[in-house]
Amino acid sequence: MPLVDIQHLTFEIAGNTILRDLTLSIEEQEIHALLGANGSGKSTLAYVLMGCDGFSPSRGTMPFKGIDLGALPMFERARLGMTLAWQEPARFEGMTVSNYIRLGKPGVDPAPYFTKVGLSPETYGQRFVDTSLSGGERKRIELAAVLAMKPRFAILDEPTAGIDMLSVQDMMNVIRSFKEGGASVLLITHQETIALMADHASQLCGGRIIASGHPKDIADQYKKGSCIRCDGERCLPFTTAR
Amino acid sequence: MRELKILTDTFQSLGGDPEVFQDRHIAHMAASGNRLVSQREIPGVTIDAQETGNGITNTILIEKGKSITLPIHLCLGITEQTGIQHIQTRLIVEEGASASFVAHCLFPFVESGEHRMDATLEIKEGAHVRYHESHYQGTLGGMVVVPRAIVSVGAGAQYFSDFSLVKGRVGQLHIDYVVQVDASAVAELTSKVFGRGSDIIHIKEKIVLAGEYARGLIKTRVALEHEAQGEMTGIMEAHAKGARGHVDCREIIKDRAVGRAVPIVQVTHPEAKVTHEAAIGTVDKKELETLMAHGLDSEQATELIVSGMLQ
Repeated sequence: MPLVDIQHLTFEIAGNTILRDLTLSIEEQEIHALLGANGSGKSTLAYVLMGCDGFSPSRGTMPFKGIDLGALPMFERARLGMTLAWQEPARFEGMTVSNYIRLGKPGVDPAPYFTKVGLSPETYGQRFVDTSLSGGERKRIELAAVLAMKPRFAILDEPTAGIDMLSVQDMMNVIRSFKEGGASVLLITHQETIALMADHASQLCGGRIIASGHPKDIADQYKKGSCIRCDGERCLPFTTAR
Repeated sequence: MRELKILTDTFQSLGGDPEVFQDRHIAHMAASGNRLVSQREIPGVTIDAQETGNGITNTILIEKGKSITLPIHLCLGITEQTGIQHIQTRLIVEEGASASFVAHCLFPFVESGEHRMDATLEIKEGAHVRYHESHYQGTLGGMVVVPRAIVSVGAGAQYFSDFSLVKGRVGQLHIDYVVQVDASAVAELTSKVFGRGSDIIHIKEKIVLAGEYARGLIKTRVALEHEAQGEMTGIMEAHAKGARGHVDCREIIKDRAVGRAVPIVQVTHPEAKVTHEAAIGTVDKKELETLMAHGLDSEQATELIVSGMLQ
């Protein structure tokens, strides 16, 4: 049984269908890259999976560890072992980075998680998770906090966007460490080079999965640029066997 | 002395160290109602305080060029269930001096009381002052507190003020501060208040950037729940070349509370600039959901966001 088994998921808002009959499964300890252009529905899928306010699916099922997530509030999904790192994580006045990493886990030592994302605990521990942090620093801290949760399933929405080129490899190592720790990852990206680190990949276009398979095949198809933003109908179906 | 013990016990219960009133290296003044219960001067700090019919009048002087390394503690309060306290303060920080003040205003048992502060602060050229004022007004909501201050910040001087009333009830709070900032000087006013029950909070803070390259910040953080009401007025005026000011007001409201923010900005010099931002409403949805994605329920997440904002 897959860890996450999304079946025929449809999400509509204000008369617009954003996700259409989407089916996608993610196995235990799998990094699954989700490639797609801006507006293809990648972040919406993340919000529906996590149960964000206003993102209830109109059709379909999405069991996690065999438990249907449909009626579960967000914090209970998190307590089941899944979480989401937003593309642009929120900022918090008056909350230190150390306390943010310890959220919900008061006994946790944040130091090793700082180190994993390339930040010094001495420099960052007592800083606030507020607007004084750069976008790149904030994203590293978010990854550290998600790692500290020891999730079974982490949804990472564009984790390398806004990270400088030299640090992208470091971030990819962090993403691998989720898998090494026993987690599965839905790696949402529009950068095909990042998708290549995954075990499997899917391409989302117009709210549909139009291709799933080996990351290189999916990245090659995505790179052709035929799918900039469309309704999913004009894209050629392209599926390779897993 | 009974009043001093009540004040220091309350101070300690709120996390303060009562030893600061015993330390001979730390200047302080403590008053309960109109009784002056303790005071200490140290080299560079002169405190001239007298009892009046309903409070204390005092002049505190920091001598020119002196750097006072340990904070000067001012402990003011009412230790009975009813009472009036009117503090008239003149604070003079002479040229090039630096000092920080920690004012504890404690009214732990008051059922019906009033505390008025009329202060003038003269921060002379090149001086540096930090003034932190924290209040605890008990749990009954019977206090009326009216702090008023007129502050002048001389050329090149720096003044950072921080007002905090986040534990217990407020009752009524009516802050009225006016700060005049001269050339290349800096003034920052921060207020953090948590209103509950039927509390009424009015905060009016005005900074006038009168000198060239003067800088000012008014930052207000207020949380309101139950039927509490709050109105924050931040006034920033810039009248000289290179002056820069910003007004930043954030209010989180819950239940039937009502919040209002009134930013007023006025610029009379083409090379000056003032900006403002105000956000009033419930807890930011993205902040809330980010914490919920870490396993906190809605109530835990809201509490954490509010306590962080008021920290």
